[in-house]
Amino acid sequence: MMEAGEIHMALAVCSGCDIGQAIDIDKLTDAASEAKEGLSCIKHNTLCSEAGLAELKRLVLEKGVDRLAVAACSPRVMSREFEMDGVQVERINLREQVAWVMEPGQEDTQMCAEDQTRMVLAKLDTIKDGTPYIPDQLSSDILVVGGGIAGLSSALGGARAGYRVHLVERSARLGGYAGRIYKMLPDSENAATLKEPDLHDTVKELEEHPGVEVYLETSIKSISGEPGNFIVSLENSRVSELQVGAVVSATGWKPYNTEKLAPLGYGSERVKTLEEFEQFVQKEQIPDRILFILCAGSRDENHLAYCSSYCCSAALKQALYVRELNPHAEVYIIYRDIRTTGFQEEFYKMVQADDAILMTKGVIESVSDQGDAVKVIVSESLLDDRVCINADLVVLATGMVPNTTSDLQLQYRLGKGLPEIEYDFSDSHFICFPYETRRTGIFAAGTVRAPMDMELSREDGAGAMMKAIQCIESVKRGEAVHPRAGDISWPELYMERCTDCKRCTEECPFGSYDETEKGTPLPNPARCRRCGICIGSCPERVIGFADFNINSVSAMIKAVHVPDEFEEKPRILVFVCENDAYPALDTAGINRLQYSPFVRIIPVRCLGSINKVWISDALSHGYDGILQIGCKPGDDYQCHFIHGSELTEQRGVNLKETLETMMLEPERIQTRFVEITEHREIQEIINEYVEEMELIGPNPFKSM
Amino acid sequence: MGDDQTRNTISETDTLNLPILIIGGGISGITSAVELAEAGQEVVLIEKENYLGGNVSHFNNYFPKLCPPSCGLEINYQRIRSNPRISYYTGASLKNICGTDGDFMVNIQLKPRLINNSCTSCGKCAEVCPEERPAKLGRTAGEKAAFINNGLAFPMKYCIDPEVCKREACARCLEVCDYNAIQLDASPAEVGIQAGKIIVATGWNLYNATLIENYRYSEESDVVTNVEFERMLAACTREKIKLTRPSDGLTPRRIAFVQCAGSRDINHLPYCSAVCCSASLKHALTLEAEYPEIDAEIFYIDMRLSGRNEKLLKQAEEKERITLTKGKVGRILPGDEEKGLVLEVEDISSGCKRKDTYDMVVLAMGLTPTPVAAGLKVNEYGFYLPDQPSGMIPTASCKRPMDVSSSVKDATASALKAMQR
Repeated sequence: MMEAGEIHMALAVCSGCDIGQAIDIDKLTDAASEAKEGLSCIKHNTLCSEAGLAELKRLVLEKGVDRLAVAACSPRVMSREFEMDGVQVERINLREQVAWVMEPGQEDTQMCAEDQTRMVLAKLDTIKDGTPYIPDQLSSDILVVGGGIAGLSSALGGARAGYRVHLVERSARLGGYAGRIYKMLPDSENAATLKEPDLHDTVKELEEHPGVEVYLETSIKSISGEPGNFIVSLENSRVSELQVGAVVSATGWKPYNTEKLAPLGYGSERVKTLEEFEQFVQKEQIPDRILFILCAGSRDENHLAYCSSYCCSAALKQALYVRELNPHAEVYIIYRDIRTTGFQEEFYKMVQADDAILMTKGVIESVSDQGDAVKVIVSESLLDDRVCINADLVVLATGMVPNTTSDLQLQYRLGKGLPEIEYDFSDSHFICFPYETRRTGIFAAGTVRAPMDMELSREDGAGAMMKAIQCIESVKRGEAVHPRAGDISWPELYMERCTDCKRCTEECPFGSYDETEKGTPLPNPARCRRCGICIGSCPERVIGFADFNINSVSAMIKAVHVPDEFEEKPRILVFVCENDAYPALDTAGINRLQYSPFVRIIPVRCLGSINKVWISDALSHGYDGILQIGCKPGDDYQCHFIHGSELTEQRGVNLKETLETMMLEPERIQTRFVEITEHREIQEIINEYVEEMELIGPNPFKSM
Repeated sequence: MGDDQTRNTISETDTLNLPILIIGGGISGITSAVELAEAGQEVVLIEKENYLGGNVSHFNNYFPKLCPPSCGLEINYQRIRSNPRISYYTGASLKNICGTDGDFMVNIQLKPRLINNSCTSCGKCAEVCPEERPAKLGRTAGEKAAFINNGLAFPMKYCIDPEVCKREACARCLEVCDYNAIQLDASPAEVGIQAGKIIVATGWNLYNATLIENYRYSEESDVVTNVEFERMLAACTREKIKLTRPSDGLTPRRIAFVQCAGSRDINHLPYCSAVCCSASLKHALTLEAEYPEIDAEIFYIDMRLSGRNEKLLKQAEEKERITLTKGKVGRILPGDEEKGLVLEVEDISSGCKRKDTYDMVVLAMGLTPTPVAAGLKVNEYGFYLPDQPSGMIPTASCKRPMDVSSSVKDATASALKAMQR
C-alpha cells in the first residue's frame, strides 16, 4: 500500500553504448531491487531515443514515480533529456565511468556498476525536494557607487534596460576624472583625432532619465542584507535608507603617491604628474621644452609592479596638445615600451610624425631642478649611452592606484569592501569570468577593478550592470548565480546543535554568513553560491542542502558492499569535484583509458564540501582508502570556489593526525589536483593510488 | 535547448518578447548568451562550426594564469545545458537578415553534420571509419573523417568531415551505428529565426601569413603561426606527447618568436593586435615550464602588456631559457644544409644587424576581423564600429583586437545593450 508522502522510486537502465556488453543488466536491476524495496525498473537499449524516453515517461506516469535513477551515460552528454517535471532525477554514470574504463563482463566491473547504482538509490532515499529560497522583500533597484565614467555608463545602461538606478557620488559633481580633463583620447571611430570631453551629454541624459536618482555629496554609511534585499544607509542625504537588489561599485582610482616620486624630481614646481598637467594646460602658458617620463612609478617592483595601461596614450595625447597650444614647443618622451594597443597605434604614428616630438627608450638616471630648468639624465637610450636634457617642465606619467572598496561599508563578517586579488584591485581571478566577485550581487567596475582607459571603463560599467541585473533576476527565481547558475538548493542550518564555533562564517569564500556577537551564524542564503564549503567546515554537521547533505553522502558511502579482507578486493572511495575532475574522468572514459574497478566515485560540488564524518564513515565501513580529486590550488588556483582545494589540503593535515590516533596509515587519505584537460593524469592518479593501497593492505576496520 | 534542427520559427507577434539572436558561438557569443538567459531573456545562439567554443576551444592555455580554456568553457556549457531559455544551432551560417531593430527575420543555413541528433557519442563510427582527416598542425594524429572536436566538445555529438568522407561508397559507419544517427545523404536545411536584437560576435581571423613573403611561411614548414603553435601545444597536452618540429619530427632546441608579424606594419596591418605580446610570452613561459630542453627567444618592437599581465614579462625576464631581444626580424632564410632557419634581425638596442639560427620560428601574427553581416558600419580596418544605428550590436574581437578576458567583459556589456529595447 502506498501511503501519502511515501516516495516512489524507479531505476531506468540503458544498455546501449557498450553498457550492455560490459555489465549484466538483469543482475544489476536484481541487485538494485534487493537494495530498494518496491523499486520499479525498466531497461532499454537506447534510453535516450524517442522510444526509450516514451517508455520511461510512461513508467513515471503509471507508477507515480517521484524519484528516478537513470543509469546510462554521463549527465554531461544527455542532460535535459532525462529531466521530468516533479521528479527528482539522479544519474548513474555507467558509460563513461564504468563500461568504458573497466574490463567488460568481469565480476569487478559488475560489482562496481551495482555499487554505483546502490549509492544513487541510497542518495535518492535521503534527499528532499528542494524549495527555492527567495527573500521576502525583493527589490529590483540597483545602487551604483561612484559617478565617474564607469559609474555613469553603468547607471545609464541599467536605466535604459528598465531598471531603477540610484547613483551615489561622493563629490559635488558627476564625471569624475573624465569630467576634469582637457582632451580625451581618440575613439575607434576616428583613431587619429583628440576628442573634446563628451561627458556632458551622458550626464544630461542621466539627470533627465526618470529611472535614475542621483545623490551628490553623499557617501555610504552601511550596506547590509543580501542580493535582492540589500539595505543601504546613506550619509548626508535627503533619503536616509534605500533598498536595492544589487550593487555596482565604480569608485575609480587615484594617482600613485607622488611623495614616492622624489627621485624623479617630484616636489619641484617644474615637475608635474599627468593629472596635474591636465589642469595646468587649462590655466597656464605652455613652456617651450617639455619632457615626459613614462612608467613613473609603474612596472617597478619598488613602486607599482603592474602596468597602468592608460599612461602611455595619455602622455602622447598631452604631447600632441602641447604642440597644438604652443607650436614652438619641443617635446621629449622617455619610455620603456610604448604601449598604444589596438587602433591607438595610428595615434602613436601621428606623434612620431611630428619632428618636434622626440621619443626614445631610456632609463632615467636623475632629475634635478637647476632653478631655470630641470636637468634630466637618461641612460641606455637609443640616442646615446648617456644623454642630458634640460626641460622647462617635466611631466611624470604616474600610474593608477585603485580607490578602496571599503567605502561600501559592507556589514559583512568578512570585511567592509570587496576582496582584492593582486595589487589592491578588486578584480576577478578568472579570465573567463571577469565579473566574478566574492560578494554575490556586488560588482566592481572600471578602474577600481583593473587599470583601464575611459573607453574600457565605459564598457566595464555596462558589463557590471548586466551582472547586477542578472543577479537580481536569478534571486527572483530563487536560483544561484555563477558558477552553479540555476541551482535552487540552499544551505539550511539545524541551529539546535550549532556550537557557535564560527568555522562556517570564517570559511565561506563568499561571506554568506554574518554572525551574532556570540558567534552564532546568521545565514544569508541569497549570498550563497552553493559550493557546500560550509558543509565541510561544520564539525557538528548541522549544515546541508536538500539534495546534498551529510546524510545523503553518508548513505551513498554505506550503500557500497564491501567484501571482506580475504577476498582481496579493495574498495577505494573517490570524491571527485564536479567542476574539473569529473569532466576529466569522463574524457578518460571517452578515450577508453582503463582504471581500477575498485573505485567508487562520489561527485561533490567542491572538495571543500567534504565533511570529516564522511571520511570516518568510509573507514568504519571498511573502505581501504579515500582519494579526493579536485581543482588546482595555489596562486593561480582554478578552484571555482576560491579556496575549496586549499581548505581540503589544510584539513588533510588534521585528518592525518586523526588517522594516526586510529592506528591507520595516513597515506590512506590522499588529495590530488587535476586540470580539466588532464584525463591521462587522472587515470594514472587513480591506478597508482589503488596500487599503493593494495601494498598497504586492507583496512583493519573492514571486518569489525 | 538542444541542437534542434527542427526548432520552429517563433510565432509570437509580440515583438517585445522576441529572442535575442547571437551570431557566433565562440567565447564571446557564449558569454552574451548565458548572461542574457540567466537574466531571464530568451536567446538563440548560432555557430558556423559544428561545435561551440570557437578559437579558444582549440587553445592550450590562457595568459596570465596559464590555465586551460576548457575549464571556463565547461562551466559555460553547463550553464547552457541547464538553461531552458537558450537554444542553439551549430553548423549554422547566416544567409540574410531582414527587418529592422526590434523585429528582425534572420535566415540561416544549416550544413549537414552527416550525423544527426540521435548520436549518443558512442564513437563506433570513428572506430570503423577508414578515412583520416589530413594531418594539420595541432590536430590529433590519425583523426578520422567521423570525429568529435575533443573530449570536452559541445555538443557531445560526432560529425563527419564531408571533405574526406566517401559517403555511400564506404558507409561502414552506417553499418555499426545502432542509433540511426548516420545520414550520409543529408542535405543543407534552412531555418528562419525572428529576433528582437542581434548581437554579432563573429570574432577574429588570423592575418594571412603567406602575405609576409620575407618570413617564408609558405616555403618552410618549421615557420608556424602563433595559432598553429598554440594548437600544437594543446595537442601535446591532450595526448601527453612531446613537442616536435613539423619538418622532421625532432624536438626543437631553439624557438624564435617574431612579434608584430603583420601588425604595426603599413604594408600589412597598420594597427597593433593587442594580444600577441602576451601570447608569445605565454608560449615562452609554457615552454620553460614544460619543455626543459627548449630555449625561446622573443624579438619585439615594444613589449605591450597591460595591467597585471605585466608579470608575464617579469617572469620571462627572470628565466634563463627565455631571451627577450628588442629588434625587428627582417627576413627568415633557410639554414645551411637544410638545417634550421636563419633570422636576420635589426637589434634596436645595439643598432647592429644580427644573424642567428633557430630550429623553429613562431610568427606572432596579428588579428583581423571576420565580417559577415552586411549593413554594419566598419572602421578603416574593417572592424565593426561599436555603435550601430541598426539594432545590431557588434561585440568583442570583431570590434577591435582584444584578449579573452576583455572579450568576455565586452560580451557582457553587449548583453546589456541587447536588453535595452
